[in-house]
Amino acid sequence: MPQLLLELFSEEIPARMQAQAAKDLERMAREHLAAAGFLPEALTTFAGPRRLTLVAEGLPLAQADRKEELKGPRVGAPPQAMEGFLRKTGLTQDQLVERDGVYMAFIEKKGRPTAEIVAEMVEAIVRGFPWPKSMIWGYKKLRWVRPLKRILCVLDREVVPFSIEGVESGDVTEGHRFMGEAKPFVAKDFDEYVAVLEKHFVVLDVEERKARILEGCKTLCFARHLELVEDQGLLDEVAGLAEWPTPVLGDMDPSFLDLPPEVIRTSMRTHQKYFAVKKPGEPGLAPHFITIANIEAADGGKVIAAGNAKVLSARLSDARFFWDEDRKAGFEPWLEKLNGVTFHAKLGTMAQRVERIVALAGEIAPRVGADVEKAKEAARLAKADLASGMVGEFPELQGLMGGYYAREAGLDPEIAAAIQDHYKPQGPSDAVPTSPLAIAVALADKLDTLVGFFAIDEKPTGSKDPYALRRAALGVIRIILENGLRVSLAKFGKEDLIAFFADRLKVTLRDQGKRHDLVDAVFALGDDDLARIVARVEALDGFLKTDDGKNLLAGYKRASNILKAEEKKGALPSGEPEAPAADSAAEVQLFDALRVLKGPLADALKSEDFTGAMAQLAGLRGPVDAYLDGVFVNDPDHRDNRLRTLAAVRDAMGQVADFGLIAG
Amino acid sequence: MSREKPKSFQSLILTLHDYWSRQGCIILQPHDVEVGAGTLHPATVLRALGPKPWNAAYVQPSRRPGDGRYGENPNRLQHYYQYQVILKPNPENMQDLYLGSLEAIGLDLRTHDIRFVEDDWENPTVGAWGLGWEVWCDGMEVSQYTYFQQVGGLDVSPVAGELTYGLERLAMYVFGVDNVYDLPFNDPDSALGATTYGEVFLENERQQSEANFHGYDVAVLKQQFEQMEEQVPLMLERSYQGKSLVLPAYDMVLKASHLFNLMNARGAIAVAERASYIGRIRDLCKMCASAWVEQQEAA
Repeated sequence: MPQLLLELFSEEIPARMQAQAAKDLERMAREHLAAAGFLPEALTTFAGPRRLTLVAEGLPLAQADRKEELKGPRVGAPPQAMEGFLRKTGLTQDQLVERDGVYMAFIEKKGRPTAEIVAEMVEAIVRGFPWPKSMIWGYKKLRWVRPLKRILCVLDREVVPFSIEGVESGDVTEGHRFMGEAKPFVAKDFDEYVAVLEKHFVVLDVEERKARILEGCKTLCFARHLELVEDQGLLDEVAGLAEWPTPVLGDMDPSFLDLPPEVIRTSMRTHQKYFAVKKPGEPGLAPHFITIANIEAADGGKVIAAGNAKVLSARLSDARFFWDEDRKAGFEPWLEKLNGVTFHAKLGTMAQRVERIVALAGEIAPRVGADVEKAKEAARLAKADLASGMVGEFPELQGLMGGYYAREAGLDPEIAAAIQDHYKPQGPSDAVPTSPLAIAVALADKLDTLVGFFAIDEKPTGSKDPYALRRAALGVIRIILENGLRVSLAKFGKEDLIAFFADRLKVTLRDQGKRHDLVDAVFALGDDDLARIVARVEALDGFLKTDDGKNLLAGYKRASNILKAEEKKGALPSGEPEAPAADSAAEVQLFDALRVLKGPLADALKSEDFTGAMAQLAGLRGPVDAYLDGVFVNDPDHRDNRLRTLAAVRDAMGQVADFGLIAG
Repeated sequence: MSREKPKSFQSLILTLHDYWSRQGCIILQPHDVEVGAGTLHPATVLRALGPKPWNAAYVQPSRRPGDGRYGENPNRLQHYYQYQVILKPNPENMQDLYLGSLEAIGLDLRTHDIRFVEDDWENPTVGAWGLGWEVWCDGMEVSQYTYFQQVGGLDVSPVAGELTYGLERLAMYVFGVDNVYDLPFNDPDSALGATTYGEVFLENERQQSEANFHGYDVAVLKQQFEQMEEQVPLMLERSYQGKSLVLPAYDMVLKASHLFNLMNARGAIAVAERASYIGRIRDLCKMCASAWVEQQEAA
């Protein structure tokens, strides 16, 4: 079956946009082909520094012929309606067929050639491509991420002819900018295309480029007894910066090794996109780097290595300058500077924020087992490095530098560690702080952010979360849960913030496979102790997986429906149920079960043994089932007491969770 | 003129002039008002607007008062040179033309690693932005390459492509010099004697740095800024032969911008005020841009 090959060749596409572009191209092509009735056997896309490529296998050369049925006007409808219908269908009235009092048109539609459809599809894709940022160039009105130079489009080895604002389709492309032959070459199908690109020094597939980079790095390292410091984010980026990625190892002046290794790595990564290397089995870095060049240089990369080494030296000299100057300056002048730094127009300066964090850290400290005075001091110093030269240059080193500078200044190592770790966790894979001091400052930092932005009504909406409040809330949740802390959140925020935490906790628990309705059922109790909430949810989850649990839930719903229905007629009778008549076995059984349950349930809840509490509730299952099946609640003689009994069931269960919010 | 590899700062400039002249550019001289970047020369900001084609190359001294280091930093200067090329509309082969200029100054593209790395350019004081790259040679940024999309807050059509080379940095790289002041300014074998960049500019860096950081009277700067700000709309209201005086008005915008940079270097602008000053300059620039486009379209 015929194959479609499409290449959109442009000037250099930003590395960070390439992966998404490949996905968008695939999605758009699939949608267009499906709308035309095509279902390719395989459809693959590729993105690289200068090209987006699509190959679709197994397309027919034309659509199948179709018969369309169109419903026209009713018999006896005004003549204008008939005229309109005939115009639309291009038929005459005698060609219409009358069916159930309506004129019908049957139109034979010839399937269109696939090439026509492809031409329309490419134009629609090019004009509608969702680049995060796009531009116009020359006199054109066409938008693309950078100037679009040529389009290769062949179906079954034939050019699909079209032109989009002067960019004509063809069967030619070009190779590597510097290593390939300067002239374009022909490719009529995917195999030819890949082969000829390879011959002209272009690796089409990003995964192959990554493999080539890693392999090249490892070979270089092996020869010098070094080990690559792997960095997935950097690998993804450099694989989008070169069509023929070629690792080159360069030397770094070893005198820079007295800088913190994170500073060297950050400087290498953010400014220069270099990989760092280390000696196997040793801490710290080795005085070399690997840059990923786009060419195999005629001299084996000597000039490239030397040039890059020089640039790195200049960068690291800057870093050394900051490191030296910062250590001379120290914390107090930085804190002074924070007076002039606005945190947020409505939330005051950074210095004011520090004051709030200090107060919060002081309040939190005793609850997490930290020394109050030390927590306040760590909080006071935690943000100072924002005014340092190094953090000004490399914002991602915030906290870490504060820790280094605190140790350099001879401050209490515990305080230094708290300063260093207080931004943690910075993402789902980042560890949470574990020392009580760091926990106190980390919680204070995040709570101040959350309370502040909630107070000025800057809550996240939809996909918008400019102040990363979701991440902050999740950080609080993880710090509390992973450290097994017992903290009441209500002390720190109003209802909306507590609801926000509930929401985030739901997401966390859902990611762990817990049902969100269980979280709702537990949150409804008004508890704000996360550890207790999670323990309840876990016990509830376990309980509802048992037969007793499922049946008791069903019983609860029945009971609660009866109560709701009766409540509509008037207030329910209050008070405890009285002992039923001795001959009513089902009533006696439930009455006794409720009475027996009371003490142990209260004890289990008090000791936060929620599994135990569930086990107690399990004892209700049989009696509840028997009661609901055998007792007529609305019996005029017994109605009040029976309603009281059902209410007692609901209340007993309600101490564990709001079962009414549980689905099923 | 000879097409040998340049050996000095000035021959680097001459080589670029020669190259871009051969591509058909007009070779202009610097604008005579202090500017922070070559882009601000009216030959770029104003000529990028309106429908008329325009191809020019020039050297522009650029003043960054806050970057002064009293001549003590090997590569930071408060006065340096940018080489600026504007091609409007951008030719189809603009990237190739640019790479040709690197070869002209002696960079072998089969030995050096040239990369186009995403960098979207923006200059908020003139309400301009564009998409493009910083061009790396062996990991060093040697040029900024931009396709203008807006200037003075107005959409451009046709699009101009802009190239900016930081001349000192490029020269240091090409000549393998680590300190800008050691750059050979003229031919090191000159019969009249070799002169270094430092002999020409070191004293200027020292004196200007002191003036930038301590010398200028903030009150006077502020007053001058406000005067310029007042004068721009008045100048635009005047006209000659039916055209409002946009060119002198734009010079005043540039002066206001430089005065702002001086106040900033003096530490006289609080963080919170910065955005508002930039906004004021941008507003002035937009007035000029609109008036200019009107004149261009009428012509």
